[in-house]
Amino acid sequence: MIRVQRESFDTGDEIRRLTENRTDIGAVVSFTGLVRDFNDGATVQSLTLEHYPGMTEKELSKIEEAAREKWDLQDSLIIHRYGKMELAEPIVLVVTASAHRQDAFAAAEFLMDWLKTKAPFWKLEADTSGSSDWVKERQSDKDAADRWQD
Amino acid sequence: MKILYFAWLRTKVGIAEETLTLPETVTSLYELIALLKERGGGYEEIFQDLDVVRVAIDQEYVTGDASLEKATEVAFFPPVTGG
Repeated sequence: MIRVQRESFDTGDEIRRLTENRTDIGAVVSFTGLVRDFNDGATVQSLTLEHYPGMTEKELSKIEEAAREKWDLQDSLIIHRYGKMELAEPIVLVVTASAHRQDAFAAAEFLMDWLKTKAPFWKLEADTSGSSDWVKERQSDKDAADRWQD
Repeated sequence: MKILYFAWLRTKVGIAEETLTLPETVTSLYELIALLKERGGGYEEIFQDLDVVRVAIDQEYVTGDASLEKATEVAFFPPVTGG
């Protein structure tokens, strides 16, 4: 399942909801991305995420489908927020559930790597002086996503 | 046709979207970009280096030139930085 939303979320609640009354899940892996107070040496005060409504949902669904084809998952969840976020707030959540840990670990990493290079979101960082800058793409993110190309 | 701009491309051109009726001579993406560039200012600026511009036609990524014959929505944006 995918969700694109302005509101915050609670990782624990989401995992609980996903695994409730399920007896076929032996492993759950989650990744939560948070707003941190530094980037490339600059002090970050808050983050605003812009996205492309419509295309975002399509891309996230495609990424999720690709993971479900590659690995044996009982369930999966991607939540990505947009709008303004303060320090320490969650931005993104990926949860993968499988019978055994290997598939859940690998699929979670894949989902994050692909999401970072494909889902149409853009981060605008505001610093303590009140000025803001668009975050630049990272080569390391591109390299991480490329690992999964066969 | 709807044209969308996101992130710093949006701030450079000053609008998030516009509706354009393409002249008959414009049938491909590169022809559309050339047409927009002719406006000068922010438009000329955002298309100066196409290596840093990503394009989606009807919400699907395209690389290089592409036909616009069936397109209803073209979006221009920088490399994505979510996650």
